Amino acid sequence: MSCAEEQPAVPRLLDVRDLRVEFRTRDGVTEAVSGVSYGVDAGRTLAVLGESGSGKSVTAQAIMGILDSPPAFVTGGRILFQGRDLLELGEEERRRVRGARMAMIFQDALSALNPVVSVGAQLAEMYEVHQGLSRRAARARAVELMDRVRIPAAKERAGDYPHQFSGGMRQRIMIAMALALEPDLIIADEPTTALDVTVQAQVMDLLAELRREYDMGLILITHDLGVVADVADTIVVMYAGRIVETAPVRDLYRRPAHPYTRGLLDSVPRLDGDRGRELYAIKGLPPGPADLPPGCPFTPRCPRAQDICRTERPPLYEVAYGDAAYGDAPAKRTSACHFWKDELDARDAIAAP
Amino acid sequence: MPATPSQPPEPAAEPGEPVLEVRDLAKLYPLTQGVVFKRQVGAVKAVDGVSFELRRGETLGVVGESGCGKSTLARLLVNLERPTAGEVRYRGEDITKLSGRALKAVRRNIQMVFQDPYTSLNPRMTVGDIIGEPFEIHPEVAPKGDRRRKVQELLDVVGLNPEYINRYPHQFSGGQRQRIGIARGLALNPEIIICDEPVSALDVSVQAQVVNLLARLQEEFALSYLFIAHDLSVVRHISDRVAVMYLGRFAELGTGTEIYDHPTHPYTQALLSAVPVPDPESREGRERILLAGDVPSPANPPSGCRFRTRCWKAEDRCAVEVPPLAVPPAFQAPGGPAAHPSACHFAGAV
Repeated sequence: MSCAEEQPAVPRLLDVRDLRVEFRTRDGVTEAVSGVSYGVDAGRTLAVLGESGSGKSVTAQAIMGILDSPPAFVTGGRILFQGRDLLELGEEERRRVRGARMAMIFQDALSALNPVVSVGAQLAEMYEVHQGLSRRAARARAVELMDRVRIPAAKERAGDYPHQFSGGMRQRIMIAMALALEPDLIIADEPTTALDVTVQAQVMDLLAELRREYDMGLILITHDLGVVADVADTIVVMYAGRIVETAPVRDLYRRPAHPYTRGLLDSVPRLDGDRGRELYAIKGLPPGPADLPPGCPFTPRCPRAQDICRTERPPLYEVAYGDAAYGDAPAKRTSACHFWKDELDARDAIAAP
Repeated sequence: MPATPSQPPEPAAEPGEPVLEVRDLAKLYPLTQGVVFKRQVGAVKAVDGVSFELRRGETLGVVGESGCGKSTLARLLVNLERPTAGEVRYRGEDITKLSGRALKAVRRNIQMVFQDPYTSLNPRMTVGDIIGEPFEIHPEVAPKGDRRRKVQELLDVVGLNPEYINRYPHQFSGGQRQRIGIARGLALNPEIIICDEPVSALDVSVQAQVVNLLARLQEEFALSYLFIAHDLSVVRHISDRVAVMYLGRFAELGTGTEIYDHPTHPYTQALLSAVPVPDPESREGRERILLAGDVPSPANPPSGCRFRTRCWKAEDRCAVEVPPLAVPPAFQAPGGPAAHPSACHFAGAV
């Protein structure tokens, strides 16, 4: 259910193990992803949370096999998809997996869609290329699909070009495109960031509904703590190319086990919050991949930092901790903080009446 | 504070007194057809009859979805655009009619902070030149020999190292650049700062730093803010009063509590219910209103109430009568939580 389970009998839908990605540029080699492991099962939603530069999108691109190489290279780890290691496949095989078995939804639909081909033709192309349908049959399927993602007057609009649609409608077309071949896994990279709140809610609802209907696995990459609270089962928090915390969604929000997660939660103004109270702000800036501090990368910004944090890189500790007070069964969580226990207890002190 | 330069030309307004009064402000962009003989075939009604006042030392938040006209409103207030109709009164003077020297004097007191810290700073100018440029235009604020010191003070005020004065914008992160933009806005010691989405381009952890900075500066320099954003949580946090904008008009206007806890306009209710809340548990009790469809085009807005095409309360009347922005009769007893203006025929019938 959560991350890193012990050798399950049925292979997981996706199981990323110790993935490493390097950027080799003229200025030197930097590691953008340093040993990331996460997984997702069919019908579940995994949210990957992180700020810009945390490596969340690079990880997703590595899974999809769409990294820009050079400068980016996968230098280690395994990407097990339905039991097969994608990194061992040839480019031809990889392409067959991509699109048909796993698909991606991008943030900026306007630049992800071809501006000079009508949306109906772009959708139909998927069926023509992958399933060998005739143009006519493919067109019919495309209209069906547009209907499915609730684009009004789909039949009439199939001939329209991307710029003629609103932002929300374009994102629906992106979703339709990802969905076309009924993949087992969808990776959505900030799918609603560019949208207005009312439209954002529509698109997230649609995604969740389709995930249930097709029993797909969904990886949702975002920086927005609010968006994932609703839809995710498990959350992975990334910082500076590493996972800092993994937890079931309720546990993470109720009681984070890493100071970074807590800082993120506290620095978001709340709709029901008090005005006038100063917002909690994480001091400083996220480090670039070239100037990572030794030890824990969060140390310079961490209110809990001790000497050990400056010298010793914390491993991803197992945090077996269910919230007994709320009647939860102990859930499996991880935290890359030497003082995860203090962090959990600190939350207690605040939450206690 | 050290960076408080020369006194404003007139005695400062008392707290709570309006510093900016906006009346029936409208901006239409003509749509034309033809090349040689341009005919006007319509108009985009970006801002269409907005009235409010901004009081001294207060923050008025403006929320709305993209295309609702909130950025056009900001540009009208700093006179970057001339309105089609209506007036903007600063200290009793209609600034939309001003030009030349009189306009320049007024502009000193109304400054702007832009959304995108990557495109609003000239990449070929040093930070010192960027922040000091307002002094070139208004030399009366800081004499030439004094400018470098002034700029360093401003850097210090916004939390940047004063030694960075000779660096270029690309050497700073997004949050630091936004601080530079804020320092530039503060340079002339203005009374009013118009903030157009000042934190929406920033990462969550940096966003909080900038929001806190803006709050601190307001207190220190008694600034009035017009704070435009699409993020309702940030707006609630920073604003004294909030205006909800839809297709060029204000739908509702009130204090934070009035708008967020007792919204009377259906659009505000829907907007609030759609905000993602970073707490999986509080979510479950909330009722969500999913609006159908998108915002209609401002070139061809619906008749009557602009929101009626997406509204679940809409009746025939809404297509004919434009609802005024007024306190609903049912709530006119002062002090009640819903006693604030709302542009809905049914605002009183909750």
